[in-house]
Amino acid sequence: MVSDKYRSIEDAIARVKPGSRIMVGSFGLAGYPEELIEALAASGTGDLTIISNDLGTPGVGLGKLLTNNQIRSLIGTYYNWNPEVAGAYNEGRISVKLVPQGTFAEAIRAAGVGIPAFFTPTGAGTELAAGKETREFAGKACVLEESIHADVALIKAYKADELGNLVYYKTARNFNPVMAMAADTVIAEVEEIVPVGSLDPECIVTPHMYVDVLTMRKS
Amino acid sequence: MQVILEQQAKERIASMIARYFDGKARNGRLFINLGVGIPTMVANYITSPSIYVQAENGMLGVGCAAPEGRMDHDLINAGRTCVTETPGCSYMDSAASFGMIRGGHIDATVIGAFEVDQKGNIANWIIPNGKQLGVGGAMDLVTGAREVVIAMQHTSKNGKPKLVKQCTLPITGIGEADMVITEYAVFVFDKGRLILKEIAPEITVDELRGITDAEFNV
Repeated sequence: MVSDKYRSIEDAIARVKPGSRIMVGSFGLAGYPEELIEALAASGTGDLTIISNDLGTPGVGLGKLLTNNQIRSLIGTYYNWNPEVAGAYNEGRISVKLVPQGTFAEAIRAAGVGIPAFFTPTGAGTELAAGKETREFAGKACVLEESIHADVALIKAYKADELGNLVYYKTARNFNPVMAMAADTVIAEVEEIVPVGSLDPECIVTPHMYVDVLTMRKS
Repeated sequence: MQVILEQQAKERIASMIARYFDGKARNGRLFINLGVGIPTMVANYITSPSIYVQAENGMLGVGCAAPEGRMDHDLINAGRTCVTETPGCSYMDSAASFGMIRGGHIDATVIGAFEVDQKGNIANWIIPNGKQLGVGGAMDLVTGAREVVIAMQHTSKNGKPKLVKQCTLPITGIGEADMVITEYAVFVFDKGRLILKEIAPEITVDELRGITDAEFNV
């Protein structure tokens, strides 16, 4: 395997500095970069803002980072699978910003494609629109939502080629492709790295220009 | 009034919604999104091959729950249940998936609710008790899907009406409900009014009013 982007899991995670905004692909425990998160938990790097759909389950996956007190704030959509989040929030240990899931995905996509903000009907008139500008379009109230960008994105893909082109696996795809466009540094954990030319160009989901670092699962 | 037990109530609600969709699908393909709980059970009763289930975590063409021994934890629906693929299914990222929903390409969504009021406002994302912290795709679904079908038991576990005059819990969307199906009745919203469409044999209209806080027309 000849890839100038390849790093060990430990070397890759050393790019995450204390206080960074980190995006992590996942939906529950599907499609999260398991070994990168294990290494991030082991590193003890703290004061992190984690941007992810949810926070796994207590003590598992991203949940580990909360159990370890490495998180300062969360931006995401659904934390009911991990009751430790509500606990830490109620005790004032972390801040939590809830965003409707479609708005969350679109805000990340928007950051990746150079759109600073957009209007959406989702959430208009609800608590989650409080304090946000609302404007009517075609008779429908719409909320102004800002894009969401990160310092580092930790994503999970199925296969990469040596350049860093990525393909995904079933519903493990979820937020990973949009996050790959929306961070200064993108680190992808994959199961296999194949020679350039062996992935069908029609099937590549994330072109290699978005990927900075490739790591491979040990197991 | 004859009490309908919880499991029977849920099965009845799910089968009625499935029958409704089977009927609609006679006119062409139907794309639906099913929430967790009773809505997920709707899939067990659908018989039309023209109904395609979308899961907001990025799949169109969701099949039945995966049998024991054939579970793939990277093949799940939005309730994190391992599911199966149907022929012709496809995967997409979360932004594209919610683009389908917000873009009006999903014909209907079936969701549960804590409360629905007579103006069609839905409260289904949070009971502010300090234990919940999540919205998921609820707000996107009620806003984006062309038809919003509420699947819920008629009263809460402690017997309180869930069809109310005005929602007391934080709302998910304004006036987005189109139909409410409970074990006792089917209601539709028409020009901002709640109309009783069907009633179960176990109950009279007067008895139904007794367990419904919302005002409705017959």
